[in-house]
Amino acid sequence: MKLAICAGPATTGKTAVLRHIIRKLKDSGQRVAFLKIDVQYAEEDEQFAREFGIPTRKVYSGELCPDHCNVMVLGDAMQWARKAGSDVLLVETAGLCLRCSPYVDGGLGMIVLEATSGMNLPLKVGPMLSLADIAVVTKIDRVSQAEREVFRARIQDVAPGVRIREVNALYGIGIDPLVDHIRATPDAEESMLLRGNPPVGTCTICVGKKEIGWQSHFGVVRALDNQTFYRGE
Amino acid sequence: MIDTITILNGHGRSGEADAVPRLDLKMGDVVSIVGPTGSGKTTFINDIELFADANTPTGRRILINGERPPTEYRDDPARNPIALITQHTTFLSDLPVNEFLHTHARIRITNLVERETAIERTLSFANQLTGEPIALESRMTELSGGQTRALLIADATIICNTPIVLLDEVENAGIHRTRALELLRQYRKIFIFVTHDPRIALLSDYRIVMQRGRITQVLHTDAEERKMATVVSHLDDVLSNLRDKIRFGERVTSVELEGLA
Repeated sequence: MKLAICAGPATTGKTAVLRHIIRKLKDSGQRVAFLKIDVQYAEEDEQFAREFGIPTRKVYSGELCPDHCNVMVLGDAMQWARKAGSDVLLVETAGLCLRCSPYVDGGLGMIVLEATSGMNLPLKVGPMLSLADIAVVTKIDRVSQAEREVFRARIQDVAPGVRIREVNALYGIGIDPLVDHIRATPDAEESMLLRGNPPVGTCTICVGKKEIGWQSHFGVVRALDNQTFYRGE
Repeated sequence: MIDTITILNGHGRSGEADAVPRLDLKMGDVVSIVGPTGSGKTTFINDIELFADANTPTGRRILINGERPPTEYRDDPARNPIALITQHTTFLSDLPVNEFLHTHARIRITNLVERETAIERTLSFANQLTGEPIALESRMTELSGGQTRALLIADATIICNTPIVLLDEVENAGIHRTRALELLRQYRKIFIFVTHDPRIALLSDYRIVMQRGRITQVLHTDAEERKMATVVSHLDDVLSNLRDKIRFGERVTSVELEGLA
């Protein structure tokens, strides 16, 4: 089973991009499972389950940072998706903290950025961009050619190895190459490591334990099955 | 070097094939795409922008110089030969014009002298398209609709300098269209206008007619239409003078219409 993790700031079009990707993967005969990680509210799982009839789940990270939550639950989620007979697990995460990134070795890492967020954005998002395999740029028809080009150049400055894919998520233009990338990703291994080094902090992940799955951690742990609603207390 | 773009074997929404199975657009061509709203004009230029390979709803394929476009066009956006300006396209930056143009030119043009020349030419090009000259110190966000459109076109043509420029209904924001076409023709590129404007259509080399998603005809501007282009431009100017006068609270008289047949 292949794993693709999609991160990016709010409202950039992650869900719209993933919707096209799921449709195209399904059309090519792939069985897709979808996991959404958000802080306290999300309904993409219900939308995708309705639209595509695929197995979906969501997890609210609540008091945890979404990337931390991702590390905790991803092991469970891989098992769940494998059991459901999936060929691909797509994970969508809010990735709110700009010091970490949710990508793991052995899985495809995609960041979705909107061209409308200003030419300096690529310089601000940190490892979420620099550790990605692909930077998907949305809303390209909304900005001048000049800003589009400067945006690209800044992505290349920050992350010389990242592939840039410009898409129009409204019409599904430019989605095919993303599907090709997912299909070309090797199957994920049983044990996976978080890509890159976490920042200074106080939890097991922050201090550098990169093993995926809550079983490898202590202190603040979370399984896919225990859900709490974060009220900020 | 790009010499031609070829559009192959598309079909409309009902599956009926394009009336022209192969269309070659040559370097230097100024082309209009015409047709009623919803006839597939924007889809047509999307096919081009995407280098469609029978993988879009129209089934069209795009060739560059008679061959499948190199993958680097897709892999390296900086090598993409197409600039796109739509009716939604705008500048978001609030930098001063001068700083903005330098920011863009820096990533395109390494030679300092060439860079300065390109910026000067961009500004002079834009100022010939708009009634109100653009000041280098004004902020991008302070530009009027016409100034913005003029600068978008000038920047795409000169600083981006891509061989193919797609312009999707850019006529609505007060720019001198006749002057724009004259100036654009000095640059050897393929310009593709999606347009409802008779002036732009008649000043093009030919127009691609769309209906229900398919190409129904390709009409080359003939000698009579070419002659008419001048009169149509005049007619258009008269109308836009009238519009301005009414806008500024003046009365209009039948004198304005003198000289019209």
